[in-house]
Amino acid sequence: MNDVLLIAAVFLACVVEAVEALTIVLAAGLSRGWRSAMQGVGAGIVVLALIVAALGPALSVIPIAWLRVLVGGLLLMFGLGWLRKAILRASGYQQLHDEDSIFATQVESARAAGRSGAGLVTDWYAFTLSFKGVVLEGLEVVFIVLTAGSNQGSIPLAVVGAAGAVIVVTVAGILVRAPLARVPENTLKFAVSVLLTSFGIFWAAEGVGVQWPGEDFALLGVLAAVAATATILTAVLRRGSTTTTATHETELAT
Amino acid sequence: MSAVFRGVRGFAAFWWDFIVGDDWRIAVGVVLALFATWGLTAAGVPAWWLMPVAGLTILTLSVGLAVRAHDRVQGQRRQ
Repeated sequence: MNDVLLIAAVFLACVVEAVEALTIVLAAGLSRGWRSAMQGVGAGIVVLALIVAALGPALSVIPIAWLRVLVGGLLLMFGLGWLRKAILRASGYQQLHDEDSIFATQVESARAAGRSGAGLVTDWYAFTLSFKGVVLEGLEVVFIVLTAGSNQGSIPLAVVGAAGAVIVVTVAGILVRAPLARVPENTLKFAVSVLLTSFGIFWAAEGVGVQWPGEDFALLGVLAAVAATATILTAVLRRGSTTTTATHETELAT
Repeated sequence: MSAVFRGVRGFAAFWWDFIVGDDWRIAVGVVLALFATWGLTAAGVPAWWLMPVAGLTILTLSVGLAVRAHDRVQGQRRQ
């Protein structure tokens, strides 16, 4: 049961990050040419693979209790940060993540930039833009895959979830050749952060010696509590934000 | 400033932003909650409830503070 939740969490988190990376790579490729943009993607993937190769075995050496405290704690901080942002976005207190507008900004900057190259790379701007996009978004994927996978004792299972997400988003990107603006990214981020927060609470508590009532099934209880709290907070804030806007409009009208 | 120093600072800033994010109080709250849970468990007190309660309290407080800051800025703009 926890394996299914693990794959779901990694898959959804990786879809979110892959959509963001795709927007940057498309902006570089469509405005500057595909050769250097794809070289940047390749170099980014090599760097990420090296990080996984270095950190994966290192994590397996750490005793499981320490690993759970460290990884659970980090995952909880990371998950709560994402969940905070997702609640504020869903309730209208923070601007929604808009792939179309990010794409337009990136394309504008890419077109305005000068062109210089060296060796095999004919356009450093396109290379660097793609490379940074893949590495920065990919690092979040690597973090989630390694931490969630090693804690559950199954990095390959987490890799399956991540690889599935990257393949789905890449195929969609090739077919559409435009940013995947229709992917409900904010909703996905909300769901992912609920899962990451729940896993973080569960593993971190186990790491400091907690015995969960019902053992692994307790994760479902934690998940339900986190989801319910996040949903209630969003609903309450959304109502508050509507009331504030309505009051302001009335003030302006009078 | 040397390129190495800039690189190290950029690397540290990335990880700070990555883990700590927009509200450092979340990270501090999580560490305190872990210590409290460890202390209770070591003393033989069942503490399975503490991490979920702490996590959800931290979330509620952090969101509440963000909303208050947002409302304050909006109020100043209207004046």
